[in-house]
Amino acid sequence: MNAHSKTIEPSRRDLVVGATLVGGALVVGCSPADLLSAGAKTEIGAFGPFIKIAADGAVTVISKHIEFGQGNHAGLSAIVAEELDADWSRVLVEQAPANAKLYANLGMGAQGTGGSSAISNSWEQLRKAGAGARAMFVQAAADKWNVPAAEITVRDSVLSHKSGKSAGFGDLLADAARVKPPESPVLKDPKSFTLIGTSRVRRKDSLAKSTGQARFTMDIQEPDMLVAMVAHAPAFGAKVKSFDDTAARKVPGVVEVYQIPTGVAVVANTTWAAQKGRDALKVEWDNAKVERRSSDQIMAEFQAAGAGKGPKGLKWVPFDSKGDASNADGETFEATYDFPYLAHATMEPMNAVARVKGNSVSMSFGSQIPTIDQLNAAKIVGTLPGAVKIETLFAGGSFGRRGNFQSDYSAECVHIAKKVGKGRPVKLVWTREDDMRAGYFRPITHHNVRITLDKDGYPAVWRHRVVTQTLMKGSPMPQKGDLDATAVEGALGSPYLKATPIVDAQLALPDVGVPVLWWRSVGATHTAYVMEHTIDQLARRAGKDPTEYRRTLYTRAGAKRHLAVMDLAIAKAGPAPAGVSRGLAVHESFGSVVAQIADVDLSGAEPRVRRVVTAIDCGTAIAPDQVAAQMEGGTCYGLSAALYGEVTLKDGAVQQTNFDGYRVLRMNESPTVETYILPSGAAPSGVGEPGTPVIGPAVANALLGAGEPATYRLPFVRSV
Amino acid sequence: MAIALEINGKSVSVNAADDTPLLWVLRDELGLTGTKYGCGIAQCGACTVHVGGQPTRACQTPVSAVAGMKITTIEGLGGHHPVQQAWVKADVPQCGYCQSGQIMSAAALLAEKKRPTDADIDAAMSGNICRCGAYQRIRAAIKDAAGIAAALPAKA
Repeated sequence: MNAHSKTIEPSRRDLVVGATLVGGALVVGCSPADLLSAGAKTEIGAFGPFIKIAADGAVTVISKHIEFGQGNHAGLSAIVAEELDADWSRVLVEQAPANAKLYANLGMGAQGTGGSSAISNSWEQLRKAGAGARAMFVQAAADKWNVPAAEITVRDSVLSHKSGKSAGFGDLLADAARVKPPESPVLKDPKSFTLIGTSRVRRKDSLAKSTGQARFTMDIQEPDMLVAMVAHAPAFGAKVKSFDDTAARKVPGVVEVYQIPTGVAVVANTTWAAQKGRDALKVEWDNAKVERRSSDQIMAEFQAAGAGKGPKGLKWVPFDSKGDASNADGETFEATYDFPYLAHATMEPMNAVARVKGNSVSMSFGSQIPTIDQLNAAKIVGTLPGAVKIETLFAGGSFGRRGNFQSDYSAECVHIAKKVGKGRPVKLVWTREDDMRAGYFRPITHHNVRITLDKDGYPAVWRHRVVTQTLMKGSPMPQKGDLDATAVEGALGSPYLKATPIVDAQLALPDVGVPVLWWRSVGATHTAYVMEHTIDQLARRAGKDPTEYRRTLYTRAGAKRHLAVMDLAIAKAGPAPAGVSRGLAVHESFGSVVAQIADVDLSGAEPRVRRVVTAIDCGTAIAPDQVAAQMEGGTCYGLSAALYGEVTLKDGAVQQTNFDGYRVLRMNESPTVETYILPSGAAPSGVGEPGTPVIGPAVANALLGAGEPATYRLPFVRSV
Repeated sequence: MAIALEINGKSVSVNAADDTPLLWVLRDELGLTGTKYGCGIAQCGACTVHVGGQPTRACQTPVSAVAGMKITTIEGLGGHHPVQQAWVKADVPQCGYCQSGQIMSAAALLAEKKRPTDADIDAAMSGNICRCGAYQRIRAAIKDAAGIAAALPAKA
């Protein structure tokens, strides 16, 4: 702690609200951030919670968001560096500790990364932080040099005055730290940005990640650390009935075996000993509450529900409704679409390190929603949520998997560390099989669409039923009304529904005992496909060009951004080369609109996507090269699922347990993605997810264009 | 039992059961954590190291099988290897977890073929999964490291 920092201690009010929270009740009159940060102690410096400046003038930006590939550390630090006029080459990034009050995602009211919101929710906040710190340096220099503040310029961490005086951030550090931070710092005119939006904004972690030096949870090694593996239930809903650990305890290196709520944990001195010990366990499972339905059966039930055939008492919630759809006449288009369970399959399987001593707990892992992970850990050890220390590390991908209301894997680690006690570090390691069998999949989803067409072949009445599982079970976050918008976003708000005079769109969420979760682009993983593939079919049926058909509907809906990205993609794509079929799709998600044109080679046994032209409107693009990287990666992630992704269940057990059964996109199957960013002066919107949902329907539409039938069930390439 | 290994040019002796995968010896015994665990069944390539110059999946290589052989890990590549330089230049990594394995596969490819074709790159790199989908930058960086003017796609 330096002379200019202070530590915020837990208050008596924190203790009261924290105790109430651990008890599970709501406290009236406290903000969620107050409630959830109860007990927190975090040191903050003179320049606020987001900026640290070292004696040599080097600037460290503190990121409240985890970096698991999205490139947000580049963008977040560039926002601060721009307003601070810092020397970008010397800007470092550090991960914030868990503290919901200081580091809440302003769109969530809790500290967390998700919904492609890292940049957008931080934009104003970090601009002000950078501008505020800049103003403090300028004032310090003005006082020292006895010149008007307005005459001082700042460039690359150096302050100058026309008199010839100049000083670096390091030289003025002590003086600047004593200046009172301005209440409303003046932000730059975006026209004067010199860093934001340029190719100079690059990742800060490429060297560490190209030399094996980047630190992931898997790499934590501490003196006296134990490694834990858990024998997990082989089917969803199974519980431990009894176990025999005689053989496991004989494995050299195995230290102890514990029963925990999620199974039987073996702790050992090394990973290999833990794995051999776990393999030597004999566990009997109580299968009384197992979800026994196969994935085929679940889908069949969803299909029946979508067709209005039960089950009795199933609740339907409208998500878009206008006019009277009951007596529509005219030609109709009917289609149903089926989407399988999908695993996130991050490269780094789930893992965590926890140390528990009495009711104090500290953790190190890739925490996507630290506030929730604190809350769940606090409940296990009996402490205030804010008192749970979390060091957030780089994580080997997430795609939604690490943001979990149950904190499944980190809570499991806390249970084991509590058994071990004494503050001894425990690293929980999941094998790939543990990871893939654990569920938290993108849910099976069924759409039933019936559209009555007007005389020109445009939708007059759009009737839409969506059947899926809710992602919001166990959510402490507030929901608006009865509608789980994550299940229908993308159909909800679609310009095609806006352009249709009569709409009757409803959602049902039957209960299924398979844990599900958001999966990169969430509702759009299925809604984009349904809307975009349906539109191409309607256009072809009306004898119209799919581009022109969209143009008419976008014009009717006032969807100017959709029109702009579609036109940009078409202009950049040029004429289609011989030997490929071309498909277009356009979709808005997380505030950004993406158009893609896919050139698909259909000469082989499987579709092979060669080139994808992507146009995106994401508002102000802070790090254009990272926007491109997210379009490249998001496209591959979506294409992998559309071509191959499918998890099936039999007798409650997951049938694909590793990359041999769960096929993912590889180098020889990956397209070249070209990214074009629509110039925009609007505030930044999402980038991490919007590139994912568009490629699936673009490929389906390319198949249509080649005279192939429509594709009503994903994935395109089925292994069975 | 004690097993003698030659890792990144240094002779070391480790105490490990014969069947222990080289991966866990590198990581848990020697602290060389740049080599990653991804699948345990040689399907993803995150654990790729060089054994006698050949790209090898450390998760499926019992330590006893490589006693006395020359092993190179990402840490042994030195940090200035042309492949590593090309990776940084292109900002290849996203989450970064697979990149040690990707780089080891790419370095082995270039040691074998100075000017690999796209088909060579497909053949050498298809055993390495990247869930972030950095494939096109990996391809471009391999070509850059090989001194082939890469046809990088246009960017806005």
